[in-house]
Amino acid sequence: MTPELYNFILKTADDCFILGHRNSEWTGFGPFMEEDIAFASMAQDKIGHAWLLYKMLDENPTAAETLAFKRAEKDFKCCHFVEQPIGEYDFSLMRHFLFDHADQLRYEMLMNSSFEPLAHFAKKFKGELKYHTMHADTFILQLGNGNEESKARMQSALNFCLPLALGIFEAYEGEQEIIAQNIFAGEKVLQAKWLEKISPIIKDAGLQMPDMASLQAVNGGRHGFHSDYLQPLLKEMREVVDAFPDAKEW
Amino acid sequence: MYGNGYTSPEEAAKQKPDPLAGEDLQQLALFEERIAKGEKIEPQDWMPKEYRRQLIRMIEQHAHSEVIGALPEGTWITRAPSFKRKLALIAKVQDEIGHAHLLYNAAETLGKSREAMINDLLSGKSKYSNVFNYPATTWADVTVIGFLIDGAAIVNQVINAKGSYGPYCRALERICYEESFHLKQGHDALVHLAVGTKEQRAMLQDALNRWYRPIIHFFGPSDKASVHGTLLMKWKVKMASNDDMRNQFLDQYVPKIRELGLDFPDPKLNKNAEGIWEFSDPNWDEFFATINGNGPCNAERLAVRRWAEEHGRWVRKALMNPNQKQVLPLS
Repeated sequence: MTPELYNFILKTADDCFILGHRNSEWTGFGPFMEEDIAFASMAQDKIGHAWLLYKMLDENPTAAETLAFKRAEKDFKCCHFVEQPIGEYDFSLMRHFLFDHADQLRYEMLMNSSFEPLAHFAKKFKGELKYHTMHADTFILQLGNGNEESKARMQSALNFCLPLALGIFEAYEGEQEIIAQNIFAGEKVLQAKWLEKISPIIKDAGLQMPDMASLQAVNGGRHGFHSDYLQPLLKEMREVVDAFPDAKEW
Repeated sequence: MYGNGYTSPEEAAKQKPDPLAGEDLQQLALFEERIAKGEKIEPQDWMPKEYRRQLIRMIEQHAHSEVIGALPEGTWITRAPSFKRKLALIAKVQDEIGHAHLLYNAAETLGKSREAMINDLLSGKSKYSNVFNYPATTWADVTVIGFLIDGAAIVNQVINAKGSYGPYCRALERICYEESFHLKQGHDALVHLAVGTKEQRAMLQDALNRWYRPIIHFFGPSDKASVHGTLLMKWKVKMASNDDMRNQFLDQYVPKIRELGLDFPDPKLNKNAEGIWEFSDPNWDEFFATINGNGPCNAERLAVRRWAEEHGRWVRKALMNPNQKQVLPLS
């Protein structure tokens, strides 16, 4: 596998893994139990996708575990958006809406990838993500059009999330080669499709899109520079593994 | 995961000397005849007030136990030590919430809303399984809960699925089906610790030591002598005595733990010549103190539920908007 392909798959997997971890934190804490169940399902899908992608990088049976549980923070390539704590439901819902539309479109594009294993899994992932975006859209529309408080909360969440969401599309090392090899059409193409997809839903939800040109993307993740939230997340995730360095299996 | 219906001393004191006072005796006879024939009672059917009251209390306690039961294990979702364990634990805890969902729906058919039940949980009026008032302090606790507490809950639920109230029985059948997978994942994770490094094994034995007493408490105090229990058994609200269920559980699970070369911290835990498991006095005072709010985690468990309730209120309120445009799924 070329280094640029490795890097492309790694950053895609890291986003899914860390967001899945975050979404799993809602299990038992949602605004009503149907949402606990929904976020737990989406978390399982995301972590499952990450697991498959990590395995694609290295077939060694313990490689995925090592990437998840042993790798240094600076070697993660996830964007800052997925690292943010779950906060309140408005933030988590808006992140889920913005990220999952990008994720779904990414896999739609990857269905035509020249790298066959990615094209193969993209079909499967896309089918699952259809339900994630359906869930997100349903609640964005209802809460945006709900009452004064829910509208204000969703608008604030949108304003807060958009610069972070732009970090999803940060250029990464080797992107030009990935485009040239027809593995993926590129982050800028994805970003344009994404904006086209989310804008009408945001409008229907009665929310205002800020002037995109004035927003500064929160970048750095694709180059190993992370927010203050990733290190504590990894430390918590590895609490058991770190306490038992001799353990081979769990 | 649920042990058995618990009647607090205050509740028992409130019990009317004649719970059937004022009932239409002809209707009652028909009702009891149907139950004796093994028919299920459905929501629209006639039922004595006491039957309705007891079922609401029991299904509600069960539902709360699932919601609160999600919390001790839920705290380990973010710390589960591998992909497999992480995914299994999220799915498992998610199932527990799903069980609560099914059970609140079943209880609602008897006339008490989910909201009212949750309010009673948060105010401390309604009880839930005592076992969840203990902390899950290590990863091994997750495996012990998954194997032994889920195993104990299955004993209770399989028996109660043969009860008389249709919606509760149907919910229990589905719950048992899912719990049997919980048991498998709990067993698999527990065995991995038992055959792991000596540190992993020591962590497991420590968890077994700490969970032994709550597990003995799980089915509740002996209730064979209770008059109140007799009526509930006749109506198939309660299908077996606490002692019988506890005995069935010990019979199934103690050998499985001993097979692994592990044990419970009770030298008196043994099966006698009549096939009855004997054990040391498990200190029922501790059980009563815990169920009445003075256990190690009661305050924390309810505080977490209150957080979720308060922080989610704006969402629930907004979704109640009568002018809502979005009424159908988008598919």
